[in-house]
Amino acid sequence: MPEPLLDIRNLRIEATSYPPGEPPRHVVLVDDVSVSVEKGKVLGLIGESGAGKSTIGLSAMAYGRGGVRLTGGQILLNGRDIREAPVGALRNLRGKEVTYVAQSAAAAFNPARKLMEQVIETSLAHGVMPKAEAEARARSLFAQLGLPNPDTFGDRYPHQVSGGQLQRAMTAMALCPKPDLVIFDEPTTALDVTTQIDVLAAIKRAIHETGVAALYITHDLAVVAQVADDILVLRHGKKVEYGSTDHIINRPEQTYTQALVSVRSIDHVEKTAAKPVLTVSNVTARYRGTHFDVLKNVSVDVAPGQTLAIVGESGSGKSTLARAITGLLPPTSGRITFAGRDLSRDLAGRTKDDLRELQMIYQMADVAMNPRQTVGTIIGRPLEFYFGLKGEEKRKRIQELLDQIEMGKGYENRYPAELSGGQKQRVCIARALAAKPKLIICDEVTSALDPLVADGILKLLLELQAQQQVAYLFITHDLATVKAIADKIAVMYKGEVRRYGSKTDVLTPPFDDYTDLLLSSVPEMRLGWLEEVLAHRKMESAGN
Amino acid sequence: MKMPLSALIGLVLTGLFLFVAIFAQFLAPYPIDSAVGGVWESPSSTYLLGTDTIGRDILSRLIYGAQVTIFVAAASSILAFSLGAILGFVAATKGGWVDQVLSRLVDLVMAIPSLIIALVVLSVLPLNLTVLILVMGVLDATRVFRLSRAVAVDITVMDYVEAARLRGEGGGWIIFREILPNALSPLVAEFGLRFIFAVLFISTLSFLGLGIQPPLTDWGGMVKENKDALVYGKSAALMPAMAIAALAISVNLVADWILSRTTSLKGGRGA
Repeated sequence: MPEPLLDIRNLRIEATSYPPGEPPRHVVLVDDVSVSVEKGKVLGLIGESGAGKSTIGLSAMAYGRGGVRLTGGQILLNGRDIREAPVGALRNLRGKEVTYVAQSAAAAFNPARKLMEQVIETSLAHGVMPKAEAEARARSLFAQLGLPNPDTFGDRYPHQVSGGQLQRAMTAMALCPKPDLVIFDEPTTALDVTTQIDVLAAIKRAIHETGVAALYITHDLAVVAQVADDILVLRHGKKVEYGSTDHIINRPEQTYTQALVSVRSIDHVEKTAAKPVLTVSNVTARYRGTHFDVLKNVSVDVAPGQTLAIVGESGSGKSTLARAITGLLPPTSGRITFAGRDLSRDLAGRTKDDLRELQMIYQMADVAMNPRQTVGTIIGRPLEFYFGLKGEEKRKRIQELLDQIEMGKGYENRYPAELSGGQKQRVCIARALAAKPKLIICDEVTSALDPLVADGILKLLLELQAQQQVAYLFITHDLATVKAIADKIAVMYKGEVRRYGSKTDVLTPPFDDYTDLLLSSVPEMRLGWLEEVLAHRKMESAGN
Repeated sequence: MKMPLSALIGLVLTGLFLFVAIFAQFLAPYPIDSAVGGVWESPSSTYLLGTDTIGRDILSRLIYGAQVTIFVAAASSILAFSLGAILGFVAATKGGWVDQVLSRLVDLVMAIPSLIIALVVLSVLPLNLTVLILVMGVLDATRVFRLSRAVAVDITVMDYVEAARLRGEGGGWIIFREILPNALSPLVAEFGLRFIFAVLFISTLSFLGLGIQPPLTDWGGMVKENKDALVYGKSAALMPAMAIAALAISVNLVADWILSRTTSLKGGRGA
């Protein structure tokens, strides 16, 4: 067996946290984790947020974010322990032997400097190669990563290229100084599925062609299955399972891994329905002071007890449609009928009942709740405001709602900061339910959550729908979620509805080009999926 | 949470100043306005801090002066905050022309040095405590308006404010229940600062003769009365100046502590 390039043995990482109003607490972020990566191999680190995957990734550079201490074990890079290495040696190692690709390329590039300068910066700073050679290497990397016009690409500024291209430029930056190891920290998480697949393919090819070793950190098992040779599953800073990708995906042993692999397996039978509760007809809208329609002639409807999923990539107008329906962005033309009555275009013209029966749940539960109000106040306010409930009556109803969202007793007096991500989203659901709505608009409600938690939220939403016959307008970019819960689907692209109908109709071929691209870009939880899709696309484009 | 030493010192001193201000009538050893000794006597057991330019007991006048100084500064700061914060929040939540009109008006007032406006206005209006407090409060409200508008603009774009709007809540609920609790910590810290500026402002006005009028007195006025003592190496003018400095520092220590405490409150901005 060849000597591993990176060998982490019994790593232990600790930090001191300062919870508000309490004495500082000692926390163990990573506990007794051992992994190794050989030259030319890719190790996937997977786990939910707070599992310690980024912390382990950064430890491969012997780096800890503020307050984080590497307290135990060994980190052997090319056979030497870098955990106790002096700062000078580490400075020489970072950016030369080990490089890093961050999640948000947009935030990682300096907007005032051209891409080329930034891509070759580390190579020059470390004296790896002269400037002309570095530029030539960068251009060849641009070509390898499938960037358009590789010879002139470097002359552009970060704002002149798309998000997916920027992410690839950062990969080029990491590969430029010919490192031994590259750490990819969620490189595709912020991208749309249709872009993600290109970036994923580019990264995979670049890793293969340059022969570097890589750590690939993500929370999406389907993505990591496409690029990694081995996978380490983490939870709460501890190893859950470690093995080859084939082993983890096809024969997981631990229950947690099994749950991750089988996530989104909700069986949802499509419901056909009677008279719609919400009808949007020919709605066109634009933002004030602009001359560009962000919604063009959109017509959709949804019936009681039904879920209409609006899918599309960012910028497709999905959230704008929600704003038009809620009255935050009055449409320039078109009609919105709700519960048998015409809805006023803007918020000010709507009755209290209009507002009550149309509720909204947001993507980020953190900012959707006032941090200075207790859960009791947050849920209690709609009860008081719409139904005039007070005192004991209100308290009883709050408890009822908390029971419905499966949170039980003792939560009324907590503040949002004292809840977990999933609990926060549940409280937002309870706040919407408190108004006894006929329609709830769910704007990406699960995209900020870890897969297992998101699953719980979706199941809860479906249960509540079955009990109360509330309709959902479910905005999402995640097609797996759509398959799990939708009765009807509208595919949006550039402000238009491209495809609309019942779930089976929309998801059954023949597809239009865009829907096909969108559907085939959703990573599937099996090995070799990426190659299949790419080969298929190549064949099709060759046939045309 | 353990209270830092600096906050404790600040709290004790501020408390002492307040106590003296409230119970001035009982604490002062001599009346405010009668000459009880010689001119500029040095501190002695009879006159703990000496006597002033016409032989009045400086300690007694300092104690009465504390009452006036702190009362006027507090009243004008409270006025400035009620006015400035509410208008600032309204401007931030309403936006559009309401915001434009209010903001430009504030710009207009702020464009002229406040001391000059105050001198002009006070030389026209009758000089009494009410007018003084009103003028200082309104002038200071412009600074508070700027701050609270800036803070509130950040908060109004949060989803929870949008959720409240979609629920149909009126302006009152949005301003006082959604925005105010989240804007409180920078405002409280600013209150400490503004209070001190008000103390300095009233002292300045009195020093220039347009502030507190005899027979009442305040610390700024006392500095003015005794400034000639400096030439003769007497400490009379230093006493009120030191009182102003001590009050400024102790209130600031408390404000700092409140700021660090409220920002780390549950889910606050700093948490």
